[in-house]
Amino acid sequence: MASGLLQASGPVDIFEFSSEEQKLRYKSLIEEFRCPKCLNINIAGSDAPIAQDLRRTVHRLLVEKAMSDDEIRGYLQERYGDFVLYDPPLTKKTWLIWFMPVLFLLSGALLIYSLQKRSATQSIIELSHSDREKLRNIVGDK
Amino acid sequence: MTARFLIPFFVFVVIVCFSFFGLGLKDRDKLPSALIGKPFPDFESKSLFDPVEVIVRDDLVGRPTLVNVWATWCPTCKAEHAELVKIAETTDLQMIGINYKDDRLKAIDWLAQHGNPFDKILEDPEGDLGIELGVYGAPETFILDRGGSIVYKRVGAITNRVWENQMRSVTRGL
Repeated sequence: MASGLLQASGPVDIFEFSSEEQKLRYKSLIEEFRCPKCLNINIAGSDAPIAQDLRRTVHRLLVEKAMSDDEIRGYLQERYGDFVLYDPPLTKKTWLIWFMPVLFLLSGALLIYSLQKRSATQSIIELSHSDREKLRNIVGDK
Repeated sequence: MTARFLIPFFVFVVIVCFSFFGLGLKDRDKLPSALIGKPFPDFESKSLFDPVEVIVRDDLVGRPTLVNVWATWCPTCKAEHAELVKIAETTDLQMIGINYKDDRLKAIDWLAQHGNPFDKILEDPEGDLGIELGVYGAPETFILDRGGSIVYKRVGAITNRVWENQMRSVTRGL
């Protein structure tokens, strides 16, 4: 009992499920949706009334309407927009987010390539005897 | 070699560009509505004043309509209330109120106190219609055309400025 309470993080609702599988699906779905009011929390972790309502809605769609996970995602996306999905679709507005990692990868590769090229062109210059003598004077050889 | 000194400068320029567009976005905390251009959802709700009366979607269509989602627990709703009263008086819009997750008697009392701009008010005690409408915080306001399609949505208070600059022109074309 006590450990159950300790494990609970975020708000707790009391819902009934007909199977363990249904409960697990519910849990993973509410982890997946973003709370529209609180910008960066999923609806599982938010105390906002709207998150509570959305959890209830997910439960209703899952248990009463027997919708599939994708149908539930579509239902919420239709009403709350792409915002509720943490997985933004590729659009004119979001292409930069999607391609940024590729850009970083390419510029990193370019950097490594140019550094290697530079070190390859650098050669070791042998010092002449008098140069060595000079250097010893400057550094102060013991 | 001189190009190397320009690298921090280019990084700076990139940061400035992103900041300019990112920080310049208005209403960053507001979601674009997914419902613009879509028909107002079907519903069946009790009337606030007469719980026996049932209001359905068909009761809304046929006229340009303003639908306002409000509650007595919402301070911003109070702030915009006078503007709604004014809109009701000065336009031909059909005014529909959705009393969102509220206490019925408190709502009736509140309207008696502050005036009632609405032609019809429906009750949404559990916020179910709110979910259908993608509502995530009162007040929210929708404008519907004659056919019952959503042409405009606002999250947050309607001030006189918002009405004059953004909403009035939307209602003219309906």
